[in-house]
Amino acid sequence: MESAGNPRAPIFAMAAEVPSATALYHAAEKVRDAGYSRWDVYSPFPIHGMDHAMGLKKSWLSALVFCGGLTGLTIAAILQFYPSSIEYPLIVAGKPTNFFTVPAFFPIMFELTVLLSAFTATFGMLALNGLPRWNHPIFNWDHFKKVTDDGFFLAIEATDPKFDEEATRAMLEGLGASNITVVHED
Amino acid sequence: MADVFMQSPEAAAKRIERAPLVTSNRSMAWITNHVASCTEKRAPLWWWIAFMLSASLATVSVLCIGYLISTGVGVWGLNHPVGWAWDITNFVFWIGIGHAGTLISAILFLTRQKWRTSINRAAEAMTLFAVVCAGIFPAVHVGRIWMVWFLAPVPNSNAIWQNFRSPLLWDVFAVSTYFTVSVLFWYTGLVPDLATLRDRAKTKLRRFFYGILALGWRGGNRQWKHYEMAYLILAGLSTPLVLSVHSVVSFDFATSVIPGWHTTIFPPYFVAGAIFGGFAMVLTIMLPARAIFGLHDLITDDHVDKMCKIILLTGSIVGYAYAMEFFIAWYGGNLFEQYAFINRATGPYWWAYWSMIFCNVVAPQLFWMRFFRRHVLWVFVVCMFVNAGMWFERFVIIVTSLHRDFLPSSWGMFYPTWVDIWTFVGTFGIFLSLFLVFIRWLPMICIFEVKAVLPEADPHHGDHDGHAAAPAAALKGGAH
Repeated sequence: MESAGNPRAPIFAMAAEVPSATALYHAAEKVRDAGYSRWDVYSPFPIHGMDHAMGLKKSWLSALVFCGGLTGLTIAAILQFYPSSIEYPLIVAGKPTNFFTVPAFFPIMFELTVLLSAFTATFGMLALNGLPRWNHPIFNWDHFKKVTDDGFFLAIEATDPKFDEEATRAMLEGLGASNITVVHED
Repeated sequence: MADVFMQSPEAAAKRIERAPLVTSNRSMAWITNHVASCTEKRAPLWWWIAFMLSASLATVSVLCIGYLISTGVGVWGLNHPVGWAWDITNFVFWIGIGHAGTLISAILFLTRQKWRTSINRAAEAMTLFAVVCAGIFPAVHVGRIWMVWFLAPVPNSNAIWQNFRSPLLWDVFAVSTYFTVSVLFWYTGLVPDLATLRDRAKTKLRRFFYGILALGWRGGNRQWKHYEMAYLILAGLSTPLVLSVHSVVSFDFATSVIPGWHTTIFPPYFVAGAIFGGFAMVLTIMLPARAIFGLHDLITDDHVDKMCKIILLTGSIVGYAYAMEFFIAWYGGNLFEQYAFINRATGPYWWAYWSMIFCNVVAPQLFWMRFFRRHVLWVFVVCMFVNAGMWFERFVIIVTSLHRDFLPSSWGMFYPTWVDIWTFVGTFGIFLSLFLVFIRWLPMICIFEVKAVLPEADPHHGDHDGHAAAPAAALKGGAH
């Protein structure tokens, strides 16, 4: 069997290639049904419906972003109300400075809500994905470079409780996968 | 009509089938190679010539700004009664151009317009560079630029605090938020493509540079899951944001009491104008880029056609707004307002007004005809008219409303100085230099999204008798 990375290092995963998005989708359904839990499929673009095929739940990034947006809204409200109405009211053209001037505060409340939501969406996504990181064991497999071009891969990680070199290899072969490779850590 | 209903479902499906988004049946590897190689080949001679010219022009702008800062705003032609002229005209002009990119990436994403995939990257980059050009003007027009921090709510011991009820402060927040969110959106979209460049890198420098920028992206579905959610949320956030930015810019005028500015139509009118001018600028720079890099299979004539239709639509909204302003001036019965509009069309700036009408309302009407939407040269000519027309629009709104003050003794005219002119001309150099750097170093087409709209990217491709049969099955009521 092919092997990549430092052969003396522990095994990271058993990886394989399939020819198309369709094949990857069906392979994912079978791996899911086989009961594996620590595995992933790799593709050059997001494949529609793959979350379902892998049995993944919806990303909970939206909950993070909601908290981020709420923080932005709160900051904007405090930033505007406290100085402009209480601590240091600026009287311009004899206009009131009380709570009922709130419509004038809406634009900045909106802007800061969007700003902090966007920061949370971007950096929250990176955090949930464990990025940025310098390297990853899967990159030890040179052939894996095709993933950002036109390659479709799947990898069953060695930490999966069902991982067994022989059985996993047989399953991958049964899926019609090629280039089955044991990827070692560095 | 009757024979339409007589057709077989297959024939009907063929009739309504959409034109392919990528023509010539290109493969995924072809797309990767064709787009990525634009950044990998040696810079062609034309690139160096174009870059030298635009960088020289940018230097002119920088020198003019240096002269302005070291001398004072008196080097511009601003004077009483026209205290805002080219500076704010240029600001609104550039920020307006900066609307098309986010519109394409956010609104067209939410409305599932898949044709956006091949133009969104370059349009978003164009947005950022236009906002950079826009930001220069309000920053330097304050005169004493070392006091520009007064715009930010920084606690200080000078008893200076911002008036949060002022639209000028809203504008600071709106534009800076817009720029920041546009950068985040753009960069998020770039990460998978940067990984492509990283994996193709031949030299150590490129591997390091793109390796850092790609953040270790692996393309696993557990990553795509969060990634797609982040992209969807950013699109959802940017949609109201893009509509709000130019609305807030228009509040700078609409909340004042100057006749010609004090109108409620301003926010939607400004937003439509921004999209109109932005799409014209997208086409202005994409058509040459498409021709030079041979990207006709990715940015097809259908794409150009669709953008022309958006220009026609938004141009018509702008034309409607021009007419409605006159109607309201008459219907509102305010003599000052009426005078402001009659003066706009027949006063000393009549030439600017009618240039604007010709460029923005008359010229785009050609796009009703398919021939003009499909003929690259005509599209380019009309877009140049729109670019000029949208600058005239802001000039007309700002200068004609100010130059006739309430007291006839305070009437005056605005004459630009050479500093006004070269600062503005130079911003085109800044804009083009940044764009040229962008197309050399980053993929100007979103590689992964274009692959995702290919027929073979559909996970059910080939599951049925063939892809073409799928719509027919759907028409028959079969499960897809």
